[in-house]
Formats: sequence, C-alpha cells, structure tokens
Amino acid sequence: MTDTTTTGVGTQAPGGVGRDAPRPDGGPKVRGEFAFSGDLWADGMVWGATLRSPHASARIRSIDTGPALDVPGVLAVVTADDLPGSKYYGLEHRDQPVFAWEVVRYAGEPIAAVAADHPETARRALKAIVVDYEVTTPLTDAEAALAAEPIHPDGNVFRHMWVRKGDPDARGPVVVEGTYEIGMQDQAFMGPEAGLAVPGDDGGVDLIVSTQWLHNDRDQIAECLGLPPERVRMTLGGVGGAFGGREDVSFQVHAALLAQVTGRPVKVVYSREESFLGHVHRHPASIWMRHSAEPDGTIVSFEARILLDGGAYRSSSYHVVANAACFAAGPYTTPNAVVEGIGVRTNNPPCGAMRGFGAVQVCFAHEAQMDKLADACAVDRIDIRLRNAMGTGDTLLTGQVVEGALPTAQVIRAAAALPLPSLDPPGPDADPLVLPGGAGLTATAGDVVRATGFAVGFKNLMYAEGYDDDSHAACRLEGGIATVTCAAAEVGQGFVTLAQQITREVLGVTDVLLAPAETSTIASAGSTSASRQTWMSGGAVEKAARAVRQQVVAHVAGLTGAAEADLRLRAGRVVAAAGPVTVDLALEDLAPAFEASVRFQHRPTFPLDADGQGDAHVSVACAAHRAVVDVDPDLGLVRVVAMATAQDVGRVLNPTAALGQIEGGIAQGVGLATMEEVVLVDGRPRNPSFTDYLIPTALDMPTVSVAWVEEPEPEAPFGAKGVGEPPVISSTPAVVAAVRAATGRDLVRVPMLPAAVAGVPSP
Amino acid sequence: MSDPYRLTVNGEERAVEDAWLGESLLHVLRERLDLPGAKGGCEQGECGSCSVRVDGELVCACLVLAAGAVGSEITTVEGLQPERGDFTDVQQAFVDEGAVQCGFCTPGLVMAVHALLDEVPEPSEVEVREAISGNLCRCTGYGRVLAAVDAAVAVRRAGVPR
Repeated sequence: MTDTTTTGVGTQAPGGVGRDAPRPDGGPKVRGEFAFSGDLWADGMVWGATLRSPHASARIRSIDTGPALDVPGVLAVVTADDLPGSKYYGLEHRDQPVFAWEVVRYAGEPIAAVAADHPETARRALKAIVVDYEVTTPLTDAEAALAAEPIHPDGNVFRHMWVRKGDPDARGPVVVEGTYEIGMQDQAFMGPEAGLAVPGDDGGVDLIVSTQWLHNDRDQIAECLGLPPERVRMTLGGVGGAFGGREDVSFQVHAALLAQVTGRPVKVVYSREESFLGHVHRHPASIWMRHSAEPDGTIVSFEARILLDGGAYRSSSYHVVANAACFAAGPYTTPNAVVEGIGVRTNNPPCGAMRGFGAVQVCFAHEAQMDKLADACAVDRIDIRLRNAMGTGDTLLTGQVVEGALPTAQVIRAAAALPLPSLDPPGPDADPLVLPGGAGLTATAGDVVRATGFAVGFKNLMYAEGYDDDSHAACRLEGGIATVTCAAAEVGQGFVTLAQQITREVLGVTDVLLAPAETSTIASAGSTSASRQTWMSGGAVEKAARAVRQQVVAHVAGLTGAAEADLRLRAGRVVAAAGPVTVDLALEDLAPAFEASVRFQHRPTFPLDADGQGDAHVSVACAAHRAVVDVDPDLGLVRVVAMATAQDVGRVLNPTAALGQIEGGIAQGVGLATMEEVVLVDGRPRNPSFTDYLIPTALDMPTVSVAWVEEPEPEAPFGAKGVGEPPVISSTPAVVAAVRAATGRDLVRVPMLPAAVAGVPSP
Repeated sequence: MSDPYRLTVNGEERAVEDAWLGESLLHVLRERLDLPGAKGGCEQGECGSCSVRVDGELVCACLVLAAGAVGSEITTVEGLQPERGDFTDVQQAFVDEGAVQCGFCTPGLVMAVHALLDEVPEPSEVEVREAISGNLCRCTGYGRVLAAVDAAVAVRRAGVPR
C-alpha cells in the first residue's frame, strides 16, 4: 500500500489520495438506481432504430422508405438525404458516411433510421424499407487490400510507416523469426449503446449518451446537423463500460437527426447484435518478426512487419499503426531495428480503439519471439528478459530517451517472485468445474497438464505525435463543500472517485460534489482512453483545487495576518502549521466562495519523421504476467488457473480501484488468448451475440495476485500512471506461453482454438 | 394491444395497460413499470444483467413473457429489503469490496448472489463461481465480486443484523 504522506500534499484528508475511497456512484449502482443512458425516459418519447446493410460490399441502386412510413406508429424515416450538414463523420478523419447512400463498405453499415412509437414498430418499419443493392465482391484480405482497387476515395492505406533505428544491417549470431496472427476482439462492454436525443427550443438538440468523449461527439454531431457546436448540448448518461468501443460515434447523429425531424425526444438502445455491428473492434493483425542476438541473449537487431486490418473506415487506425510500430519490440533495449507498420482499409467491420491500442497485437508476437530467443540461446526465459529490460535513460525504437519511470526489470522480478501455486495438475477427485472445459464430462483429470508462461509488455500513456492534448476542470469551494466540474467520461474506471480523492487531498475537505459531465458548462476533458484521464483530468482537477487552495490561504492570511506559507488546509479547517501564528478557521465560516477554472496540459510531443524517429510519446508503463494453465492436450481445452502480475503504476492512488482495473484487464487478456474473436465470413460477422462471442465468466477466470511497482512518474500528478491498459497487454501472451509449454505446440494465433491446441490440422 | 393484466412486483399489484402481448418481463419492468434496475445486455439470457426472481427463482427477465408472469411474485433489485440502513448485506459488500465498476451487471449480480446465499449460506469458492457464471461482467474480472460474496458470508456468519 502507498505511503500517503509522500504522495499527498499534507492534508491527510480521509478519503484522500493513496488509500481506498468509496465510489460516489457505488450506492446507486448496487440499488439499481443509477441511471444508465438506456434507462432514460422523456414525455412524448419515441424509439429510434437503424437499418443496416447485410452486405459487406454493394452499390445502392435505390432506397424506398415509403413502405416504412406507411407502418402505423412510424413518425419518420431518415437517410443521407435528410442530413442538413456533412454526410460524413469520423473520430480523427471524416471518412465514414452517417448513412450509406451510394456504396456500402461493410456489413452492418447504417442505411436509414426510423423513429416509431414502440421498439417493435421501429423494427417492423426497418424491414419495410426497400433497398436495391447491387452486391459486389468484398475486399476482405488485408494483404490484398494493398494492391487492390481503392474501395474508398481516400484509398486503401490508412498508414504505411517505418521505424528505423541504428544499423539496418547489424546481425547477431542467433536468429529467430515467426509470423503471428491476432483475431478481431470486441470490447463487449455490458451496456449496449444507448441514449436520448431531445430537440431544443433553439433548433439545437440535447443528447444524453454513453460515450468516452463528449466534446468530440458534439463536434461531429454538429457538423452533420449543420449546427454550431454550442447548439448541440451533450450530457454523459450512465456508461456501461467502454474499453475503446465508445470512442467513435455510433447512433448519436441518427438520434439527433430523428429528434430534429420528429420534434420528439428519441431514445435509442442497441441490441447486443447491433452493438457488435455498431462499434469498432480491435484490429486483427498479421505480424512477422525477426530477432537476432548475441549468444548470451543480448538483442542485436529487430525487424518486424505489422499489418493491421482497419476495416472499412479510418477511425483511429492511423494512430493504432504508430503504436504497434513504436512499441513493436516490447520493453527491451534494441539497438538496431527496422519496423514496417501498415494499416489498410477493407470491407471488414471498422476497427479502432480497444484497450491496449496496438500494443496488444505486437506484445503477443514479441513475447513469443523472446521465448524462442531464450530457447535458441539456451538462456532462462526470465533471465533473457532481464538482460534486455528497458529502463529510464534507455531509448525507444523511435530514438526517444525514456526520461520518466520505466521499471521493466523490477516488474519482471516482482512478478516472478510472487508465490507460485502447486504445479500438480488437478487430481482425480477434483471438481469437474475446475477442469479445462468445465463440468460437461470433457477433460479427464489424469490427462490434464499444468504449465506456466511469462510475458512482459509496455505501452505509451496519453495521446502522441504532437497532438495538442488538454483537459479542463473547475473547482468551487463554498461553505466547506467543494464542487468539481469536469467533462471526463466516467465509464466505470473510477475517475469520479479519483476526482473526489484529489480534491479532498488538496483542500482537506470531506464533502466533494461532482457536477454532471456535460459540454455546456466546461470545455473538453479529452477522451477517456489511452490511460490518460488519471493524468490529464486528474491533473486538471488537482490544478483547479490547488488554485482554490491558494485563494483560501491568501484570504485567511489577509484576515488573520498569518504568513501564507504557514497555513494548511486540514479536516475542513485552515490551521497554522507552526510558528507563533494561531489560526484555526473552519472553511464553512469563510464567507466568500472560492472558485477556479483551469486548463491542464502535459509537455508537448512531436511528430515522427520519415524514419519513425522523434519524441512522440509522453510516458510509458509496463507490466509482467505469469500465467499458470491447465490443458487437456488431446481435446485442446484450456483453463487459466492463476495469474501473477507486477505492474508499473507510478503511485497507487486507490488500491482497490487499481486492483479492479488489473483484474478486469486480465479478464480481457485471458479472453483474447482463449476464446474471443469476431468471426467473419465474407466480411460478415458470424457471431454477434453473447451466445457465440464468448467472454470469460467467473468460472473462466484465474485467481490473480498482484505486486505494485511504485516508482513515481516525475511529471504525472501525484506520480501516478494510468493503470487500465498494461493488464490487458502481456496477460494474453503469458497464457499462450503457458499453453505452449503444456503442449509443445507453436500456437502462433490468438484466440487459441481447441483444434490448434490439440494440434488438429485446419480443414 | 393486449387486454390489461396485473403483475405482482416487489409486493405491489401493478397494472399493465396498452401493452403488446409479446413484451418481455424485462421490457415491461423497465419501460412500463418504471423499474429500470434490471438491465438489458443481450436479450437472449446469456449475460444475466436482467436477473430478477419470479416466485423466488432467479430468472433472466428478458426470457420471460411479462404476461406469463401473471400470478407470480416478482422481485427486482428495487424490491430488495435491507434489514437496516440503505443496503442489504450483499449490496454493502459490493460497495465495500470494490465489486462495482461500470455497474451495468451489478443489479443482476446482486440478485444472483442473494439467490445463492438464500440456498447455500456458506458456499465454496467453486460454488460461488458457478452460481454467478450466468452473470457476465466485463469490468472487474470477478475478483472483487468474489471478495464481496466472501464478505457478505462473513457478515452473516458473524450474525450481525443486516
């Protein structure tokens, strides 16, 4: 646990920084009273629904909405023709049609939207819309996309970049190479996309939605509606998880347009199937890597070619490619490297942000390579990682010197030192529920093999490549109660708790209220992604609270004649820390309200040059995972028994919340290793449901043991790094390494399907 | 539209009028009876977010026809009765142990854990994992949920009024 006297500012506030504090939304959530964006209701409300293309590639000859308008209870049907503004949107680049009108580029692409008096009426109306498609052959192969006819005016390549470091011809005597594949993972947040759009009196629209970035949504919606941004007012509805899948706009423009056309509040709630079709996924990847090393395992050269399938539209592909390329070698010092990173457009579903953002894919590959290299050098697999571990002062592949904390060797040692469970497989009297495959009389206890695997990964924190990132927060102190305003999207991660903890810590108060996250009261907090809100919006809240604190101190110094430097805020009072001055004033007795509104930024980053060199990143964080698995090698069934992890967290600001992030991230990493994939046939998702797209249940999850590695990040507020992403990066390769150890098979693709684990050739 | 019918929800008789007969219990609870505590996560009984109890049995409300629940006692998360304070022991344990993140699965998990502890007061870890394996959670990895169940069991074992 954390030593709070060094992380804090000396208020020793209960519920402050560095210790557990209850979530402000915990009570309402356990009582079912917390309003998720799908729980909203308004007088005169109607239901919106979306017609989506069943084809991955087609030309649209005509769209006849007339029959849908004839369905009783239907108020409106809208298509691209009804958009008053831009017909395109996109998170970083506006290349995606709100509604397809000439060309369909992926299965599930929106064509039209309906507003009706009942969700079933809306669904019937969708079936009545007549779309005449000329179906064309979809481009579904990422490699083929490079040379194929462009399927979009912007071409088929989202980004093609190189990272070149050192001598491209340098080679060590030991060489290992391999090609690895990663399937398409879904964020699978539990609360499907949902929200309410309400027409405003001024011709604008109010939206209450689940999203990761209110202000970016607002700007895209305003462009499409032809409105000034301030007339699109966004409020964060309760968000049922995100993990990257809500960074892109989904139904927002559809609902806002329907509200404008009907003059009625419009509610949209996606089904699970529509959720799978309606948001971006993790990029599937094909990755070739070749390492060379000295006989002792010291890495001499690294080469990689990373091909990411971005699907039909760009979303954040441009930056996912950079992340994959920049961090392709993992947290290992690599003097000479040539990395080619490519992201292409296909007729597969669009891919974009998911927790780990490019680092997940390359970590699966580089960790398989590190094991191969260790074996080729006859060096212990943990020792080879320690030998090459990157630390502060070392250079990334981009030539950037790591100036902040990067305790790679420490996380490796700490994870390896965690107690190892028994390596005996389950005995004959084991409960079948804990055998691979579960209780369905599948694995036989005597056939189960237990083995371990180890992996290490890292990733940047925050946006990169010169993006002018910021977050805004306001703090008001009145009557001894602080109110914080910040538009940061709480998606489950616990920013609301942290905002309260930071404010308590700085102002020494107990009661901290959080104003709603909305666009009309404060400027952008940026996206809840890239492990950035603890640093960026946490930093903004801290800065605002410190400004208020300074006002209080100056005011009390003026009142009492005490020196400002002697004054402290503690337990709701202003007290003199020492010296001859005696001050003991309750904050609620101070007449004025103190208020500050601030903008917070991290230090600037810079674009990468043609060789992928430059100071493009703010900070990095690493983690190590050790998996213990049980495998039935004949049936190809796997159960992950235990996971030990050590993580570079800077400082732990809330131990229970950080633990929850780590356990939850491991669940997603275990899922990618063992079961999760959006299966495509001719570009069409075959399994858009929780019946067919499996995510780990409580029976699939290992026990988790955690070691914090606390090396404060010099520039981060309270020294803390975001903790959400590292758990999902190296947990997947650790599981696969363990299954390789149990089976002796290469297992170069995730998820590992039973046939691959059992060594059954693919059909 | 169907004839009006009445449901017994959380001990109260509630009239359902102007409804379509094909509506699920989940839809009627959420959209007609102002009880949005049960959540719709998959509409096919896979995720457990809509867990409620019908005559004591834990069910997915998305798979139950509302009109088919006439004459049954329906209990939703809104109908849980704390013995004292604002929370049941299970709800309190979820808050205290950090079992809540986004919270979308939480009402369903709370219902499932109550159903388990009503039947099995001192479940083994495997029994807990099996009992909640029909409730998907994407945020927590279940670790803090398991800790919450342990905490609730400990409170009951200690005989502290809940």
